[in-house]
Amino acid sequence: MGPEPREGQLDMVQVDTVLAERSPAAEAEPALPAPIAAGRGAIELRALTKRYGDETVVDAIAASIAPGEFFSLLGPSGSGKTTTLMMVAGFVRPDSGTILVDGEDIAAVPPQKRGFGMVFQNYAIFPHLNVFENIAFPLRARRWAKDAIRDRVTWALELVQLSRFTDRDARQLSGGQQQRVALARAIVFHPQVVLMDEPLGALDKNLRFEMQVEIKEIQQRLGMTVLYVTHDQEEAMSMSDRIAIMNHGRIYQVGPPGEVYERPANPFVGRFLGEANLIEGTIMAEASEVARLRLPSGQELRAPRNNSCVAGRGMLFIRPERVAIAPGAAASGDFDVNALAGNVRRCSFLGNILRYAVDFEGTAPITVDLQNAAGVAALPVGAPVVLRWPVSDSLILPGEA
Amino acid sequence: MQAMTSMVATPEPVSGTTSSAPRDRTLLLMLPSLAMLIFLFLVPLALFFVHTFMEFDGTTAEFIEQARDLLLSQAYLTALGTTNWISLIVTATVLLIGYPIAYYLTTAAGIGVSVVVLSIVLPYFTSIIVRTFSWMVLLGEHGLVNDVLLAMGLTKAPLSLMYNRLGVLIGMSYVLLPYMVLTLYAAMRSIDPLLLRAAAGLGAGGFYTFRRVYFPLSLPGVLSGALIVYILSIGFFITPALMGGQHDIMIAMLIDRALEVAVDWPSAALMSATLLLVTLALYAIYYRITDIRRLIGAR
Repeated sequence: MGPEPREGQLDMVQVDTVLAERSPAAEAEPALPAPIAAGRGAIELRALTKRYGDETVVDAIAASIAPGEFFSLLGPSGSGKTTTLMMVAGFVRPDSGTILVDGEDIAAVPPQKRGFGMVFQNYAIFPHLNVFENIAFPLRARRWAKDAIRDRVTWALELVQLSRFTDRDARQLSGGQQQRVALARAIVFHPQVVLMDEPLGALDKNLRFEMQVEIKEIQQRLGMTVLYVTHDQEEAMSMSDRIAIMNHGRIYQVGPPGEVYERPANPFVGRFLGEANLIEGTIMAEASEVARLRLPSGQELRAPRNNSCVAGRGMLFIRPERVAIAPGAAASGDFDVNALAGNVRRCSFLGNILRYAVDFEGTAPITVDLQNAAGVAALPVGAPVVLRWPVSDSLILPGEA
Repeated sequence: MQAMTSMVATPEPVSGTTSSAPRDRTLLLMLPSLAMLIFLFLVPLALFFVHTFMEFDGTTAEFIEQARDLLLSQAYLTALGTTNWISLIVTATVLLIGYPIAYYLTTAAGIGVSVVVLSIVLPYFTSIIVRTFSWMVLLGEHGLVNDVLLAMGLTKAPLSLMYNRLGVLIGMSYVLLPYMVLTLYAAMRSIDPLLLRAAAGLGAGGFYTFRRVYFPLSLPGVLSGALIVYILSIGFFITPALMGGQHDIMIAMLIDRALEVAVDWPSAALMSATLLLVTLALYAIYYRITDIRRLIGAR
């Protein structure tokens, strides 16, 4: 019953498709289904929970993903993002909670019947199949007709710019090419939902950026829903319509990239999405939206406060690129601008930016990013400087529990 | 410029020579086992062939004629056919039984694995004769199997499970099963489970995944296992001698008869030489398709 290593398999495949051609369309899928139906592919997670022993890996998370949305789960390793994706895929059984796809509970549906496209972390290219057969795999599994398979695989190969590699042995491909094969294989049958588990994790930085653009373009062209897992915040921000930031099995915040970056719900989110200054102090109770934060030095800073803030310990959040740095000793803030005087501790040259660490009495050094524009001269270490930033660019967050 | 490039190029050969030195030294570790193999196995074997062929008094033409007569004799051809047929069936049987066991071993964990591995490996601490005799206890006319079948009323008369082809097949399959299981296990363990998950994620059902992904990836193990079992089968002696019937004469038994009964050393040597040649040829194929270092888990 077993096929021969190579040629035999091709024979068998041909027998397969001949069978598919003979059988009436009743049980086979239509040869070329209409492109992804608009308004389909909505995913809703309700109180989804997974425990391994005593550890709750995913803790009652909820999310509602719209059809055609690019939705990322972003978090450090161990935050539960991959487990969440595997529950949606059907490889991990939730302990409680529901997953709805277009309003239907898919708990009882096995992975192969869920109809999702999937891209795996290490590509999971079938080593014994060539590029064409790898991409044709989902179509053959669905018993498509031979001609339809050829047309569709050709289409997918063009989409990922691999047409020249049709007959190439999968093992001879570079990492980037393997990634494209994995992508083509995931979308070749026009799934409404594509799940991606750190698909670019193994690529080098330049290639990763190129692939981000490409994946995003394909997603927009086909209008499919993408649930994307990554630990790389730049990747999540550049591609996603919305990001869910996860930690310790919970979703800490959900929102569009700009919002979660500018208005983090808590210090963890602020720090995870890039460089952030979090200046500790005591929140002075205030009725208005703008609160005051008293620093250990006695100075006060003003910033809009997060909804969850109450009087007590708190942090002022400000991105390094929003802080202006200027030589000088006397800090004078006004109603709209916070000002602090300190001394340059260190200046790092990062190419497009100069990153200063500025010592300030009673707090950790404050990071300031300065665009490396024409005429910018580095300030010497120890120089007295004044930092200023608009009150509205900063935010007061609750202290960490 | 030129002077500089030549200066840069010089250090390279030095690193090449230093790296081979430790390797030569580790080869020394093989010396005792190599010496034992050569003096206790290869040398006697060579002497056996040389002596028997040297002692043949007659011309080369006569020798060739006698050899041809022997190798085309009815007894030899029948034994050759029997040997190949039994070996083929044993290989197929062992593959069919061993494949699921090996698969189970790669997926299961804990006590189940230990039980299976023990029941496969433990009997091999006893001698092959003891194991064959225990099968004879089970399969005899008044053996355990027949007693149970009779007691349950499934048969009216005892079944002939031994002293015939069936007995040989049962006995040999049992003895050779571990070779297949362990070879398959090594091959299956190297299959990335993620590929199976990927197949399911892309819409393939269990059987389709097995047929298109798992089985093709396990094929190197299937071929290796089948070859090693076949190689061992064609030289089998004790089990067919004890459990077989009158018509189940395999090559090794023919050689034994030539030595013990007919005391015809040249014939025995000739048949041994052909068997050895076939075995070596099969082993050459086995060696080509099997990465032995990987099989035993070496890097």
